[in-house]
Amino acid sequence: MLDYMNLCRMAQLARERSISLGALVLADQAEQMETTEEKILETMDRQLTVMEQSAEKGCSATIRSMSGLTGGDAWKMYERACRGVSICGDFCVNAITTALAVAECNAAMGRIVASPTAGSCGILPGAVLTMMRKKKIERKTAIMALICAGGIGMVIANKASLSGAAGGCQAECGSASAMAAAALVEMAGGTPQMALDAAAMALKNQMGLVCDPVAGLVEVPCIKRNAAGVMIAITAADMALAGIQSVIPVDEVIEAMRDVGEAMPCALRETAQGGIAATPTARELTRKIFEKGENK
Amino acid sequence: MNIFDIIGPVMIGPSSSHTAGAARIGYVARKILAKEPVRAEIDLAGSFAETYRGHGTDRAIIAGILGMKPDHEDLPRSLEIAREKGLQYRIETVRLPKCHPNTAVIRLWAEDGDMTEVEGASVGGGNILITRLNGLESAFTGQCNTLIIPHRDTYGVIAGVAQALAAFRINIGNFRLTRQAKGNTAIMTLEVDGDVSRELLMLLRALPNVLHVVYLHANE
Ligand code: SF4
Repeated sequence: MLDYMNLCRMAQLARERSISLGALVLADQAEQMETTEEKILETMDRQLTVMEQSAEKGCSATIRSMSGLTGGDAWKMYERACRGVSICGDFCVNAITTALAVAECNAAMGRIVASPTAGSCGILPGAVLTMMRKKKIERKTAIMALICAGGIGMVIANKASLSGAAGGCQAECGSASAMAAAALVEMAGGTPQMALDAAAMALKNQMGLVCDPVAGLVEVPCIKRNAAGVMIAITAADMALAGIQSVIPVDEVIEAMRDVGEAMPCALRETAQGGIAATPTARELTRKIFEKGENK
Repeated sequence: MNIFDIIGPVMIGPSSSHTAGAARIGYVARKILAKEPVRAEIDLAGSFAETYRGHGTDRAIIAGILGMKPDHEDLPRSLEIAREKGLQYRIETVRLPKCHPNTAVIRLWAEDGDMTEVEGASVGGGNILITRLNGLESAFTGQCNTLIIPHRDTYGVIAGVAQALAAFRINIGNFRLTRQAKGNTAIMTLEVDGDVSRELLMLLRALPNVLHVVYLHANE
């Protein structure tokens, strides 16, 4: 059984057995959860369906969050995607749209899959659903990619943390990007080592990102960080698939992320006391949101 | 931890701790009352008190009290549903000394006057810790199958419960006993491996000096 403490060891095992990381994690989880691989695949299929539903629901001109602070941005991006004028191209603009849509669905009290958290829930669907739609990746393959992403997430959870309160946004959106990067590589048919390189590169690019939600709500800057998070994942995956390696191995990057998180002052860990949350505009918005609440 | 703790849970947003965890605390309170609640008093403390409206914490807790799981589509409409169903509720923000940052105290009443008080904390990722039960200290997460058994504090009750579980080949993973004063009501909380069957629950309920048996299934 795997202890989910060492990704390099997991990649080596996958290589020895000539299987993907996803397949390695699937077999192990079936054993650990005392169930069958089919059962796990079925449940993961349901998670994928929920992701599709949240992407659908969130892409709306009228959707609004409880606070009224956010909503409707995925729709704007969708319209731009439809016009075919985006700078970053069809695949990326669709990935951004999906990431925003799922994150906006979350802020509007819609149903989502925390992957790994609610605040970062748009990144993995942004990567996986866009691969299915734009690169004709089969559902089976997408499900295996989610399992691969889950394996990466478990190692990060064990070695560091997945929560903004504990480790800043690098632990939430950074981890989600690393998971999405590995998932993209797995769907594109890359090797397990490439998946790890992609995860490492994604995580390195969000190292130090603080958790600073305006008014303590999972909206600003969270939703837009989902858009950037999926772009970082795509960049990292394409680099890895081109054969670019992460100079620092992924396990060490995860440990560095943990250390950076521990060094972060409390004001930058979900308390809404620092960063974006402490700007004059954020303070003004906070006052308005709470006033509105009082009058209700 | 397994793969669905990472790719999951499926939940109503926006926050796993302020929404999904809050719904679970409400749900556990309802399970412990074990009847249809007609009145609810909810005290919110810490960051629950500060951000509850923006996170829908109030809606999530009421949804849980109405028996909804954290992924129930109707969760955002729970306040309206409570009014339709005639559940009276009152939500207040309070200061609780030395509590976890996200804590709620929930008092529920059934039609017949039965009452339960549950204090729970949302500890991250949608996970919860029940910290007090009817005034007695407690500590369970609901992540394992859990039996909560208020009983008269007298000899032989614990042995009776343990024997009944053994007869059904159920292993006890964790055991906790709290009591107010000798001879009063005490509560045992047992986390068990394997599923507790209907027959076993009936047997436990019939034991002398057992007042009540609540069973929380881990997947609820
Ligand atoms: S800023 Fe904080 S709350 Fe928002 S997504 Fe990042 S970690 Fe989550």
